[in-house]
Amino acid sequence: MESLTLSDVEQKYYSDLFVYCDVDNTKKVASNGKVLDLFRAAQLSNDVVLQITELCGATRLGHFGRSQFYIALKLIALAQSGLPLRVESLNSVKDLPLPRFVVGKNEQESRHTAMYPDTENQGPYSSVIPRPPGRVPAKKLSTHEVIQPCQLTSTDNPDTTSPVVSPHQSPPTSPHAWRKHKRQASGGAVDRPPAVAGAAWPPFREAQPGTHCDGMWASHSPPPVQESWVSFTDTPPSSTLPAVHPSSAQESTTVRTVASAATTNEIQRQASGYEDPWKITDEQRQYYINQFKTIQPDLTGFIPGSAAKEFFTKSKLPILELSHIWELSDFDKDGALTLDEFCAAFHLVVARKNGYDLPEKLPESLMPKLIDLDDSAVPESAPEVGFSSSPVEVTPNKSPSMPSLNQNWPELNQSNEQWETFSERSSSSQTLTQFDSNIAPADPDTAIVHPVPIRMTPSKIHMQEMELKRTASDHTHPTSPLMAKPPELSEEKKLAAIKFPGSTVGDGYSSSDSFTSDQEPISSAVTRQRSHSGTSPEGLKAVAPPPPPPRPHASHSRSSSLDMNRNFTAVAAGQQAGVVAFPPAVPPRPLPTQTSVPHGHRPVDGDGLPAHSSTSPQQMPEQPNFADFSQFQVFAVEHGPLCSVQVEKGVDAAGAVRATKNDTQAEERTPATVNSAKGSTPLAPPPKPVRRRLKSEDELRPDVEDHPQKSSVVPGVLATQASIPRSIGKDKKAIQASIRRNKETNTVLARLNSELQQQLKDLLEERISLEVQLEQLRPFSHL
Amino acid sequence: MAVCVAVIAKENYPLYIRSVPTQNELKFHYTVHTSLDVVEEKVSAVGKALPDQRELYLGLLYPTEDYKVYGYVTNSKVKFVIVVDSSNTSLRDNEIRSMFRKLHSSFTDVMCNPFYNPGDTIQSKSFDSIVSAMMVQSS
Repeated sequence: MESLTLSDVEQKYYSDLFVYCDVDNTKKVASNGKVLDLFRAAQLSNDVVLQITELCGATRLGHFGRSQFYIALKLIALAQSGLPLRVESLNSVKDLPLPRFVVGKNEQESRHTAMYPDTENQGPYSSVIPRPPGRVPAKKLSTHEVIQPCQLTSTDNPDTTSPVVSPHQSPPTSPHAWRKHKRQASGGAVDRPPAVAGAAWPPFREAQPGTHCDGMWASHSPPPVQESWVSFTDTPPSSTLPAVHPSSAQESTTVRTVASAATTNEIQRQASGYEDPWKITDEQRQYYINQFKTIQPDLTGFIPGSAAKEFFTKSKLPILELSHIWELSDFDKDGALTLDEFCAAFHLVVARKNGYDLPEKLPESLMPKLIDLDDSAVPESAPEVGFSSSPVEVTPNKSPSMPSLNQNWPELNQSNEQWETFSERSSSSQTLTQFDSNIAPADPDTAIVHPVPIRMTPSKIHMQEMELKRTASDHTHPTSPLMAKPPELSEEKKLAAIKFPGSTVGDGYSSSDSFTSDQEPISSAVTRQRSHSGTSPEGLKAVAPPPPPPRPHASHSRSSSLDMNRNFTAVAAGQQAGVVAFPPAVPPRPLPTQTSVPHGHRPVDGDGLPAHSSTSPQQMPEQPNFADFSQFQVFAVEHGPLCSVQVEKGVDAAGAVRATKNDTQAEERTPATVNSAKGSTPLAPPPKPVRRRLKSEDELRPDVEDHPQKSSVVPGVLATQASIPRSIGKDKKAIQASIRRNKETNTVLARLNSELQQQLKDLLEERISLEVQLEQLRPFSHL
Repeated sequence: MAVCVAVIAKENYPLYIRSVPTQNELKFHYTVHTSLDVVEEKVSAVGKALPDQRELYLGLLYPTEDYKVYGYVTNSKVKFVIVVDSSNTSLRDNEIRSMFRKLHSSFTDVMCNPFYNPGDTIQSKSFDSIVSAMMVQSS
């Protein structure tokens, strides 16, 4: 077949018709039955129909493909125009009117219409629409004519100009109308679409049809026609639905409705040939809105599912169908209906009541607008003008990614929000990897999020998921720890007397969990620190801070780079139990020197210490040895290399820590070793932190001659950190973790102990003084 | 690539069960029924730990020579069971997980429907279509 060129109008019309015929929804083939019905509705003689079928190639193919269908339609238009059927003329005839089809339920009507020769139909540029039986002589048939049939009851209503609609028409009157139509002037042919056959709308028992006629025939070109059709079809005569809305200029359609489900249905079905049957007319929409208001006065609010259920149950449709309608119309699956959703649902109910089958998926015209669109028509091409509901901007966003994300981002999965969230949801899935803040929620302890840009890496999403799964802090990028340090430091400072800086500091580098996240945003580290810091004071009082989240060893494989792993491993180790994977090369020099120094500097620690030391004799012997060490070492154990500075703020803490740490230290290492340089041996890493500690210790104890060394070492340490060999296996981590926990507990208890002992001492002193006084007074009393 | 998909309610009666029709459906019904025991076992084993740690995805429940059975349980003790044909290229764990996620989300949508009474069999077309999509891929 030769190729077919169609004008836009034609294109639209034909495609609508095709859709109408495409009952199987195959989008490729129009069912033969429907097509033949349609052709018959074109009021052509059978042999002409056969000829057309043959010409378009359908007989060859055996079915009506889209191109065949279009060709056939064009041929029908040709035939209806009285032109000879020729293939060549398909493209050559200009200004061919659209093929007209008649929807005739009523045989009579058809007969009547058939009576009227085609010639009258010449030239109507009217868009064709499946009109009621009877053809519409082109211009002449203006609305009046249409109306005529409609107004069967008031047959004599020559009032062509005013499309009066009589609610009840009866088919028999249609001939009447026909008779009239001749007289009619084309009232407003110009503005009233030269429409179609005014013949009978017999089925329009209800006035609706009549009103439709008016509106519809307003179509000079497809759009209004379509519109009216739509309205007609869309307003099933369910009891209170308002009828159509006239789109054309003169509509005075009064709303009607009476329900004659059957006939209107039929007509509707046939009528919906090229019109989208699911469009909601303005009147319908208004009606729906009113109904919505009765349930929920706020138009921007939701109707809860239960209320909707009651409401729709009133329509007496079977529950299964209502359930299906609900599924279709609850767009965002939130269990509540917005105004748009409600209108769609109501529309579907109405359609169903009128015999329409429910679609498998929501028609486009019923899709709720995700964004507030300008409702004014003319969104697209002319044909679309009349449509009352603008096309949906965004398709439903049930992207497959959402379900997968839902589990990970429960906080985002709030489907019962406004439409905006819908798109947000979709966008969030793409933006997840970009925003740092997404990670913050994973850590419930933190309220503040340190904004840090996330580096995008392939493993980012995975890492984020991992992050979500555990609330652990993430690794900071190797370079970021340095950056993180200052914030960490500042935070630490603020917190002061933080007992467990170790955890926080460790977090700075912390590899507590995610080995994989090499580029975890610093924020997470920072936030983690905060949380730890936050908990540490409480920890001091009561229980040790929560143990670090379990390390996902499995994730190790995901680590981006070897270095990172190494780093994190090292850091983690350090953090855990102070057994940081510092380069073994760093000798625990501070330890031996410090041990020698310690005693003298004890006082620096404060009052508590002496008493403390006195009261804890068992600890004392070791304390001197450990004095600074323990502090350093303990802290080293506790903190990563970074936090040493801040940690020292708490002198008391330090003291207590020292005492306790001594014990712990002792446990871990023989005192002897501590005293000697060998102290470092058991824990090569600790020296590093110790050194750091030294740095802070400088403030506390002036005498650390090693400090300068240490401080110099510190940068070295830092530098070396990056190169910490991966040798320190995770096997130590468990031990280190437990060690740290124990140490923390010890610290708390030790402090408590020291305080209580102090109090005891005071009380004892008071007692002594009181006794003395008593003694002094007693003699007096005797006297 | 499921050969059979089943949704079982908390009280262990089926809310929805569907198999590839060519096969002997009774066999699958039986398989699903026996798999419930395994599900219970897994749930109670993990249940000793905190509920937070309980994973929804239960993994491979048990393999037979013909097929493998995977389980998934929701927080409201509704169980999803998928039977997969072993002869198919074995599916990765992630794929099975994603199938369960889809099922779960679709099930949630069904639940949200006010016209659905919990405990009724699931007759939702959208749910059916999602299940069909899963089953069609396989065969």
